[in-house]
Amino acid sequence: MLGPGVAWYLAVAAFLFGIGALGVLIRRNTLVVLLSLELMLNAGNLALIALSRHWHNGAGQIFALGVMAVAASEVCVGLGLVVALNRRRLSLDVDTLSELRG
Amino acid sequence: MTTLVVASSAGNVLVWIVWVVAGFCCLAAGVAVISFSNPFYSALALIGNLASLAVMYLLLSAEFVAAAQVLVYAGAVVVMFLFVIAYVGPRQETPWSGGPGWQTVCAILAAGTLLVEIVVAIGLQAGGGLSHTGKVGADFGTPAWIGRIFLVDHLFAFEITSIVLLVAAVGGVVLGAHTRRVDPRTVDQGAAQEREPDAELVS
Repeated sequence: MLGPGVAWYLAVAAFLFGIGALGVLIRRNTLVVLLSLELMLNAGNLALIALSRHWHNGAGQIFALGVMAVAASEVCVGLGLVVALNRRRLSLDVDTLSELRG
Repeated sequence: MTTLVVASSAGNVLVWIVWVVAGFCCLAAGVAVISFSNPFYSALALIGNLASLAVMYLLLSAEFVAAAQVLVYAGAVVVMFLFVIAYVGPRQETPWSGGPGWQTVCAILAAGTLLVEIVVAIGLQAGGGLSHTGKVGADFGTPAWIGRIFLVDHLFAFEITSIVLLVAAVGGVVLGAHTRRVDPRTVDQGAAQEREPDAELVS
């Protein structure tokens, strides 16, 4: 394999996951929290594909495609929630959305 | 023979350069996503992150996943985000304030701890096992290869994925759909004026 070994890719994935986790913890806007979740899912995807290449096993790439589908579903439901919140003129601040009653 | 070795090492350097650029762009765009105060710019930064990740997937000879990444994320997910951000409109929310300062510090500490934990876990688990590299077949990662694996070995997962997507789409529509009917029981309890702002959205 030309270029960096799989450990370098895993390092990038770990840092990306850390950045995404920081975004989820630190930001208060629901939309940015969803975007940070995308970052974390992408970090997982990168690790899966790097290890798939490392072990010459296709299951990692299949799993990455599954994660992509789950990410799309999560965005679909999350943005539906954001639209519903906006319809009710509720704040999008995650700290004020602490009750499921709305 | 010498030419071959020189060409190989030049290719190696080239791949390293591409990897460094892609990795830097990936992490920088990730930082940009969480640090822009305007969510619109955050979503645009996510496109940069996804594009550099697609470059990394290409370096890992996962061509189909790279194409799917660009199509699904940049083509569908980010566009949906941009639509919703434009629909929600600008909100007066300051990015870093809103909670007590110790909360921010604790968040940074927790994320740092998570990162260290991941690195230690990978290091302990893998040890030196991650150093060996090898060649893969020419068809590794191509659409035909992925399709064969998907539809022969992982057909059940493939079908379940489609059901998950369908359920999520229906759920998104149900959550986001506007209910025009007003429940008579709630109108009397002062809910009418709460619904007043909705009226302009109905048309």
